[in-house]
Amino acid sequence: MAGATVALEEGLDVLLPDSEAEAISAFGDGAGVTILAGGTIVLPEITYGYLKPKRVLMLGRAGLTGIAHAGSRTTIGAMTPIQDLVELATPLGPCAANVADREIRAQGTAGGNLCAPQGRDAPRGDLQAAFLALDAQVRSAGAGGERTDSVEAFLADKDGRLVLDISYEEPAAGAFARLDRPHTHDYSALTVCVARAGDATVRVAVAGVAGPAVRLPSAEAKADDAGAAGEAAVADVTFADDALASAWYRERTLPVLVRRALSELQEAT
Amino acid sequence: MKLTVNGVEHEIDSPPLAPLLHVLREELGITSPKAGCQQGGCGSCTVLVSGEPRRACLLPAAALDGAEITTLEGLGSPEELSPIQTAFHERYAAQCGFCTSGMVLAAHAYLEGGGSSERESIQDALAGHVCRCTGYVKIIDAVSAAAGGEITSSQRWLPQPGEEAPVEVPGAPA
Repeated sequence: MAGATVALEEGLDVLLPDSEAEAISAFGDGAGVTILAGGTIVLPEITYGYLKPKRVLMLGRAGLTGIAHAGSRTTIGAMTPIQDLVELATPLGPCAANVADREIRAQGTAGGNLCAPQGRDAPRGDLQAAFLALDAQVRSAGAGGERTDSVEAFLADKDGRLVLDISYEEPAAGAFARLDRPHTHDYSALTVCVARAGDATVRVAVAGVAGPAVRLPSAEAKADDAGAAGEAAVADVTFADDALASAWYRERTLPVLVRRALSELQEAT
Repeated sequence: MKLTVNGVEHEIDSPPLAPLLHVLREELGITSPKAGCQQGGCGSCTVLVSGEPRRACLLPAAALDGAEITTLEGLGSPEELSPIQTAFHERYAAQCGFCTSGMVLAAHAYLEGGGSSERESIQDALAGHVCRCTGYVKIIDAVSAAAGGEITSSQRWLPQPGEEAPVEVPGAPA
């Protein structure tokens, strides 16, 4: 088959832990370890020869799967399939439903999407915007032991970390707006997620920009005026310029998406 | 490691990071799963893993020890087509055939899951499958007919030895 021979290095280690504790132990400080969660991003990289891992940690049997609700707090295991998030409250539910197609969503994982590296032709990791809007906490293992970070802190320093779960307080209201995809296999060029917390704080985040998803503090400061917030949002973003959309186009559509999402949030009770 | 494919258990020698697609096609010689994009983007390698449609190009062999795989070869036989295969045949839902194996398996899982005959619901279920002939209308017609109970029995459609192949083209002059 063209372009797809599996070139295996001598001495490849494949680790298949059976529990969270075993996974943490096998991961260690993460040096030289390639994590294979759902495989939707990593396995093609290996098949096409872009990635030649020496030590592969497969998490399929490590548990880390499932959604737990305790009071107002929701905790999502890192290996929970994206399809299982579809019924969760806005913005996370609709954001998850906008990821790829049903079969890919059943295989791709919440933790994998959170950690998704920038693609060659498009940004990845739509769910990052939802987790940012929800002020989610990321529990991870690695050098120095277990750590719980805000999503911002985690995205800024995620190398050498193994995500265990992601948790957040249920928002009072949420909204989601995105540029529609030409096909289910495209990433959204821009995904905006907003949420109002129990204390009335509004958080606004966008995925599809250059690098990981970011919060939009200028928009948050004007959250009561959806139109003004949209115009202000562009100051907080370095726009991606890729095969999906030009930076020019993204810069002109972000205000529209922020306005739509915040208008919807204002109408939500 | 062991893999059960269409009810037959196999001992697998492929490398641990070989995708299931390569295991099926190259080690076991099962060629209905097609190697299209090999990055999860076309749907043509779709097989059933424990009855659920999955991309064979995205599943590493090492993660599949003991798994139960169904490919198109395990769905029906030429003498006894499965209902969805009958529907594809009766409604002319295959053109070049490259996407058909994945489409049929995904549609089979959709029907097993009680999927409705509504076109929008079928489009959502098959959204990950690309037909390079763009024959989507007839594919959705076929799944809708099967889901709506219009296709109830499988039919024998291959000629037996000595029989003439029944070639009927709708609209063709007699």
